[in-house]
Amino acid sequence: MAVDTSHNTRDIAAKRAAHSARRRRISRTIERHMPKLLIAPWTILVLIFVYGFIGFTVVVSISKWNSFGENLHQRSPWYETYKQLFLDSRFQADLRNLFIFTVLFLFVGTMMGLLLAILVHNVVMARGFFRSVFLFPYALSFIVSGVVWRWLFNPETGVNLLFKVTGVNSALHAAGLKPLHPGWTTDPTVVGSLNGALAKVFPPLKEIGAQLGIPLALIPIVIAATWQLGGFAMAMFLAGLSTVPEEVIEAAKCDGATTVQAYRRIVIPMLRPTLVATLVIFGYTSLKIFDLVFALSGSGPGFSTDVPGIFVYDETFRAFQYNTGAAASVVMLVLVVAVVIPYLARTYRGQEGDAT
Amino acid sequence: VSADTDLAIDGPALPDLLATPTGRTRAGRGRRPQSIGEWVVLLVLVIFAALFLVPFYVMITAGFKTAAAAGVDHMWRLPSSLSWSGFSAAWTALHANIGNSFEVVIPATIISCVIGSLMGYIFSKLKFRGSNLLFNIILIGMFIPYQSILVPLVRFLAAVGLYGTLTGLALTHVVYGIPITTLIFRNYYAGLPNALLEAAQIDGASTLQTFRRVILPLSIPGFIVTGLFQFTNIWNDFLFGLVVVPDPSKQVATVALNNLSGSLTVNWNVVMAGALLAAIPTMFIYLVLGRFFVRGLMAGSVK
Repeated sequence: MAVDTSHNTRDIAAKRAAHSARRRRISRTIERHMPKLLIAPWTILVLIFVYGFIGFTVVVSISKWNSFGENLHQRSPWYETYKQLFLDSRFQADLRNLFIFTVLFLFVGTMMGLLLAILVHNVVMARGFFRSVFLFPYALSFIVSGVVWRWLFNPETGVNLLFKVTGVNSALHAAGLKPLHPGWTTDPTVVGSLNGALAKVFPPLKEIGAQLGIPLALIPIVIAATWQLGGFAMAMFLAGLSTVPEEVIEAAKCDGATTVQAYRRIVIPMLRPTLVATLVIFGYTSLKIFDLVFALSGSGPGFSTDVPGIFVYDETFRAFQYNTGAAASVVMLVLVVAVVIPYLARTYRGQEGDAT
Repeated sequence: VSADTDLAIDGPALPDLLATPTGRTRAGRGRRPQSIGEWVVLLVLVIFAALFLVPFYVMITAGFKTAAAAGVDHMWRLPSSLSWSGFSAAWTALHANIGNSFEVVIPATIISCVIGSLMGYIFSKLKFRGSNLLFNIILIGMFIPYQSILVPLVRFLAAVGLYGTLTGLALTHVVYGIPITTLIFRNYYAGLPNALLEAAQIDGASTLQTFRRVILPLSIPGFIVTGLFQFTNIWNDFLFGLVVVPDPSKQVATVALNNLSGSLTVNWNVVMAGALLAAIPTMFIYLVLGRFFVRGLMAGSVK
């Protein structure tokens, strides 16, 4: 009996030991994979919400779904929606506007940021105050700035009223010139036309229905975007400037360069990485632009301020042309990816090279 | 401090995350300009600053004008008498929506920060094979134009019964906020010395215990910076709010403001005052906690 008991006890103890060893092994395995387990749920969620959803949108873009009722059957040929999209003169105008806006905003916005950064970097007093003022608009929503600038660019008041009350217009009148009364976002004028020239080079391009020039109505939007995001570029350049040693400028001055020359020849070239980063950030912001235009001017007269972001919203949620909206959003995605991926890939390669 | 080399996607490391904001390169309170050049710099900056403040001048003065005094012909005039009528009309129109915004922004900010800190910790300190690639794949999620996911998003939210709800909108912001919060925390933790973690491991702490007892207590600055950044981003969102919550009584502030602006029966000064009201939370953050905001800004920009 006693022997039995002790035998039993030993047995149980052995079993327990084996059991706990197994548990330890399991828990060690779990512990080893813990990092992966911890990120798995959120990673899967992001992968579904980003890549899964994009995949679905691509399927919609080649489907027959162009009314309220869902229809995911593929169109034939599959690219039919894309073909019609690029033949649509509104979407052509959107791509033109996007291109013109991006070029103007990238140039004006980064130049403004660089100028403000150099000034703020060199001012001898109230540096913090100036930096805060210029960055302040960045804290606002695009809708807030769109709403405010919409009134400032209303032809009957705002900036135009300022021309009147400050006497600019009376002075022009006295000088025998026409008073300033621009239509801003209500002006449908498109300056210049490349259509004829392009059609000569490549005849099928005569199909383009939109006038390929610079829509004047985009200028107020460039101004509003520069007001809102110029401070961000300034912050980037200030960070860049703070890494330029003071001695570099001093040395250039000793060699007889003026401050302006020292900046042009030495400091600004050193800011190249910051410039590239700012251009990439502004580039994808600008390609995605939606809220600001939506609130400031909407599509504009003759779609002169329309952008793909608005087009997608209209086609999808107002006209229920799901396939057209999806196709336009895929075009937006491709444009953004074309800007971002090369940049990320370069950064990623740098990362792998650095990790020793 | 061991300089972590993994800062190619660059952000502030721990020591300087709470330091003075970028650009304050020379210490001191400043002095009066002494040369003509210094005066010119100051003068040009004063002019630019005045121009940048013009929209704020219009928003603030508009809110103090009465409907009668708010003709478009005297937009630039100071209000003749101080009246709150612009602001009170705007408050009546927008206060419920501002409440809705808070209801979305607060939980979405907190949850996306907590997830971001966990993910950032693992992607910076507990790398596994392919983790850098996976991180970059996740990171791309912050660049995509959200137009390209709206239809499946709405379908998904409808399928789980969250379409048209503020909870659904908060969930949307949490998921699409994960890439950016992960990025900021990853850069932040990259600045933590590995010795700290090794010490915890020698003491036999598990991954989660190390995170809770070692990492989280050191993360408060990271949470402030990421939290303010996310608060601003989510508060300022328009597209998700517009598409996920169309019901006017549940709309968030930016969507309601845009509708107010499009309404023909509302006076312009009420719209301007409303724009200011809808901007106050983020303006407050910027004015009071500006230096953290700038840090978040720089940390969130993939350089």
